[in-house]
Amino acid sequence: MFKPSEDVVAEPKGQRAVGRGAKTIETRGVDLFYGDFHAVQDVTMTIAPNRVTALIGSSGCGKTTFLRSLNRMHELTPGARVTGEVTLDGEDVYAKGVDPVAVRRLVGMVFQQPNPFPTMSIHDNVAAGLNLNGGRIPKSRKDEVVERSLRGAHLWEEVKDRLDKPGSSLSGGQQQRLCIARAIAVEPEVLLMDEPCSALDPLATLAIEDLIAELKSRYTIVIVTHNMQQAARASDVTAFFNLDATGRPGRLVEVGATNEIFTNPSQQETEDYVSGRFG
Amino acid sequence: MAQVDTTTNAGQLLAAASGGRRRLGDRVFSRTAVVAAVTILLLLAGVAVFLVSEGLPALTAGASELPEGKTFLDYVAPLAFGTALAALIAAVVAVPLAVGVALFITHVAPPRIASTLGYMVDLLAAIPSIVYGLWGIFVLGPAAVPVLKWLEEKLGWIPLFEGPASVTGRTMLVAGLVLAVMIMPIVSAIAREAFGQTPRKLTEGAQALGATRWETIRMTVLPFGRSSVISGAMLGLGRALGETMAVTIILSVSGAVTFNLIGQANPSTIAANIALDFPESSGLAINALIATGLVLFAITLVTNMGARAIIARQNHE
Repeated sequence: MFKPSEDVVAEPKGQRAVGRGAKTIETRGVDLFYGDFHAVQDVTMTIAPNRVTALIGSSGCGKTTFLRSLNRMHELTPGARVTGEVTLDGEDVYAKGVDPVAVRRLVGMVFQQPNPFPTMSIHDNVAAGLNLNGGRIPKSRKDEVVERSLRGAHLWEEVKDRLDKPGSSLSGGQQQRLCIARAIAVEPEVLLMDEPCSALDPLATLAIEDLIAELKSRYTIVIVTHNMQQAARASDVTAFFNLDATGRPGRLVEVGATNEIFTNPSQQETEDYVSGRFG
Repeated sequence: MAQVDTTTNAGQLLAAASGGRRRLGDRVFSRTAVVAAVTILLLLAGVAVFLVSEGLPALTAGASELPEGKTFLDYVAPLAFGTALAALIAAVVAVPLAVGVALFITHVAPPRIASTLGYMVDLLAAIPSIVYGLWGIFVLGPAAVPVLKWLEEKLGWIPLFEGPASVTGRTMLVAGLVLAVMIMPIVSAIAREAFGQTPRKLTEGAQALGATRWETIRMTVLPFGRSSVISGAMLGLGRALGETMAVTIILSVSGAVTFNLIGQANPSTIAANIALDFPESSGLAINALIATGLVLFAITLVTNMGARAIIARQNHE
């Protein structure tokens, strides 16, 4: 039985110097399918710890699908398949005997639409992950984690007096920060964000981007975004995905330091995209 | 000046578009809807008026004029008790079962098995109640006899299984179980509908936190479907309260008020009692039966109002 406090993946000593538990993700020859539809083709890339890696590209290029393969959410869609290798600090997350539930504990996720659990209070939303998998935590310790996570998500000051109110009573931006607090409460190693600001106004977006900049000291962060300014502002590394035509699989065109990708990309199609010639 | 002209034009355009007369389709639709709503109210009022006017003579009559020489209250009380007991057994058994089936169909079974099973559950609802009654008396009852005996021996200290165990199986427990099978499909259908509509963003939110399948269901699907399960349970309870044929056939009645579910002597239910006694009744006895119908009507009404109150409170939270 997997216990959240233990690392599923073996961890070389001395690599915790920078972050608490940020991990390197490597993918090798990852192909993703929905039934017969080949959605993403042959992605090989390394995602560095304590960096924000942005996945950009036009709609349908498979960046969200790729993101969801990193915490084994992809396979939840009926008919979805993965081939190739995804490793977390060298350990294959798709290896036989690896429980996808254990992978998702280490690789947290924030979604496009804020999705707090509507019947739970703000407090219980943040604590939701702590009660899972037989975890029994004393109330005082739970309150501590809730406060730390809400502070970590820059939400504590706004909600500390109404922790017992439903999570759905918050504004959209607050709900998204609540979901981030919920994700970091279980202390994952990696945080995946699927267009976390696309449903938010510019001010709420700014709040989330500030938060992302801060969270990278503790986590490996991968963010899918439609918004190129956001990628330029918030990320250290950018990966550009593209597809040749509708119905064709998406592929990774290039990955590099964000300022390189935006000012001096090595591929013509990247330049066309970031300069706004299409997309 | 030009600006004033524009405004006037816009005003004229709006007036023309709105039209002096409303569109025909809207008019037909709203009339139809009103007629339908009023019809329901009239039907309900008609039934209530019938029950009250026909039942009133029995309500005001003295004990000596009524069947069994009892006052109306003494007459109806054991029946109301039996009705409530049978329906309660049915609900207690059927609701968890129905929720389980609904969860299996919506969130556990592979799609093909799920749709087959869903279809079969719906078929259960199509079986006539007389068939359930016959099944109860010829199959479930005899099959239950050893179980009733076992309950008496091992759990006899619980008043519910006090015994002596019936040798025919025509007991309150068996009647309640048959009712449970009868109401399970409707409860399950309503729960299934609600569970199936759990927003995917919620279930995925739970899964992304590392929730197992059961934890995901407990965190998202059950809370989401809770009010629907309650209304489904109440609908099922309403059906069990009024069910006539199956209970009439199965239950061996004596008019006793007892919580002993496995014995030979059982309270009858209002509906079964009407069905059994009506052919042999005349005069004030008929009025008495109709008055018991009024009591059943009231019980069902209160049950439904209770359900609505619960749902309203939950949605408010």
